[in-house]
Amino acid sequence: MNILVCVKQVPDTTEIKIDPETNTLIRAGVPSIVNPFDTYALEVAARLKDSIGGSKVTVMAMGPEQAKAALKECLSVGADQAYLVSGREFGGSDTLATSYVLSCAVKAVEEKSGENFDIIFCGKQAIDGDTGQVGPELAEHLGYPQITYASDVTFENDTIKVKRENDEGYDYLTCPLPCVITIVKTPYEPRYATIKSKMAANRAVIPTLSAEDLKIDTTMCGLKGSPTKVKKTFTPVREKHGIKIEDKEAADAAKELVDMLSDAKIL
Amino acid sequence: MGYALMTDEQRELVNLLHDFQMKELAPRVEECDLTGEFPMDVHDKLGELGFHGMDIPAEYGGCGFDEVTNYLIREEFGMVDAGFGFSYTLSKSGSSTVIRYGTEEQKKYICDRVLNGAIVCNCITEANAGSEVTAMRTTAKKVGDEYILNGTKCFISNGPIADVYMVIAYTDKSKGSHGLSLFMVPKELGVETGKHENKMGLRASVTGEVIFNDVKVPAKNLVGKEGEGYRNILANLTRNRILNTSIVVGTAQHALNEAIKYANERETFGTPIKNHQGIQFMLADMEQLVQASRNYLIYGANLLQRNAPKDVISQVAAGAKVFASEAAMKVTTDAVQVLGGYGYMREYPVEKLMRDTKIFSIFEGTNQINRMVQGRAITKI
Ligand SMILES: Cc1cc2nc3c(=O)[nH]c(=O)nc-3n(C[C@H](O)[C@H](O)[C@H](O)COP(=O)(O)OP(=O)(O)OC[C@H]3O[C@@H](n4cnc5c(N)ncnc54)[C@H](O)[C@@H]3O)c2cc1C
Repeated sequence: MNILVCVKQVPDTTEIKIDPETNTLIRAGVPSIVNPFDTYALEVAARLKDSIGGSKVTVMAMGPEQAKAALKECLSVGADQAYLVSGREFGGSDTLATSYVLSCAVKAVEEKSGENFDIIFCGKQAIDGDTGQVGPELAEHLGYPQITYASDVTFENDTIKVKRENDEGYDYLTCPLPCVITIVKTPYEPRYATIKSKMAANRAVIPTLSAEDLKIDTTMCGLKGSPTKVKKTFTPVREKHGIKIEDKEAADAAKELVDMLSDAKIL
Repeated sequence: MGYALMTDEQRELVNLLHDFQMKELAPRVEECDLTGEFPMDVHDKLGELGFHGMDIPAEYGGCGFDEVTNYLIREEFGMVDAGFGFSYTLSKSGSSTVIRYGTEEQKKYICDRVLNGAIVCNCITEANAGSEVTAMRTTAKKVGDEYILNGTKCFISNGPIADVYMVIAYTDKSKGSHGLSLFMVPKELGVETGKHENKMGLRASVTGEVIFNDVKVPAKNLVGKEGEGYRNILANLTRNRILNTSIVVGTAQHALNEAIKYANERETFGTPIKNHQGIQFMLADMEQLVQASRNYLIYGANLLQRNAPKDVISQVAAGAKVFASEAAMKVTTDAVQVLGGYGYMREYPVEKLMRDTKIFSIFEGTNQINRMVQGRAITKI
């Protein structure tokens, strides 16, 4: 199985400050990490690799030179090789432009290596922008089927089995390969690096793919290729849905429920 | 960690250990402090990451770190739990006397066992022989191809959980310190353990009695020659004085970090307490002590790395050990002061740091003994 994981380097904060003038993120002084959902995607990929002989995991990030730090991090926890997609032309790309650039990079890497990717993983969203659009758009650019918000992926009887959580329980889905899958928080934690893998990752040389390498249409990337205008950002109010009665014997819970319903004059 | 001169590789390693400790150990610290138990599962997981090989040369399958890296790793351990860090690093560095003075066969044996997770301990002290090592009573009597060990060691770190015991015993009492010999004794040979000590601090490190009751040790387990035991453990003690004390620098740094955080949050008389000169100067003094300790010990680690002459290293090791352990005591005590009444409460982390720190002026040679070592060395003309 030839697997690609798209990762993004993001500022390490849940309370990102926003510039009120431009409505964009203020990144200065904030340490960078690998987007947490991408680390889950990488762990899913690494587990698939461990379970299927002869597999390989490639990671790819679009970003400035510093994003190589994020790629090295990935190399120490399961990725075999990494590419940085970088260039001035890409600066200011919105999700449409980013997914376009990534789709060109996928093709460029496939051409270079002579091998096509079977699965492309993305995190469900990046914690700095929270759009959740790049994965699905990447699938569209490539013309691949997509499964979003998966929490686990396994390989059984020559097909992939994708677990997706919903309010009622789980869906198990499958689709033909190649495909794009976006990953939510997994039921397991990403693995730790080992001293050896960390040292090896530190020494790794990460090739950079430029606009030229990608033979890209530069009017479709960067600010020029980005139709999105951010008007306003805000955190939506979370509405409370229902009450959970937990940690009780079923009979006690039922009794408590009846009490509640009766107090609320429903019964 | 407050050391800006790390190489990229050292920083990566320290970060790796930091992330691991924050996830796996930090949530357990309070429980271990209460129960006095060593979290063996954390030990095992560190092995999966490759840390068991921390003190093993690369040619024997270990990491082959330089001594400054060894310092930095230990300081990071001390940031989270001095007891765990001390026990864990000791359980691996206990192999270093064998690595220095052992035969090829002994080296292979100890390195393999340590890499596979064995816990090593050093058995020197006895009830009536602490500072005065030669007052010990444990004997090793040669009978044919074996030595028969008899005696009881006390206050042995890792004693109750060890797999391999490095034991010093008299092969010839009449020769005094030249009659002491060092043995590598696997637990399977019949080592017994006694009482677990209930300690003031360092509680995640188990300390206890180790009993040798006619334990038959094959002659091939003698490390170095007969009569060289004292010299060899002293050399190892010099290394331990530098590297084990690294842990308490981490503990002091942790205390300082807590004090700084609190001084920013707590307000009195209309301003955060960090703006009162009395607190601000105390924090500056704490920073100086931590940084000076760190750099003194790193100087020692560099001397170890470059194989500096024995008398130079032992003098620096003794001085740095005294300075850093006393600096850490002052820093952790002052951290309690900065937190005021809250600092004295078990709910806040700093009182534990103070309890954990005290032992570092007592073991690896008390600070009095170490002052003696340094004082004698520097006054020689
Ligand atoms: C938590 C813990 C872990 C330990 N781990 C180990 C271990 O793993 N292996 C091991 O072998 N031992 C270990 N020890 C033992 C430790 O090394 C000894 O406790 C230490 O060497 C001091 O010996 P003592 O307790 O007998 O004190 P003593 O030697 O009885 O000293 C009592 C006091 O007298 C002072 N003193 C003694 N002689 C002189 C002198 N000539 N001049 C001035 N002052 C002097 C000492 O500094 C001290 O203040 C451990 C101890 C503790 C508490």
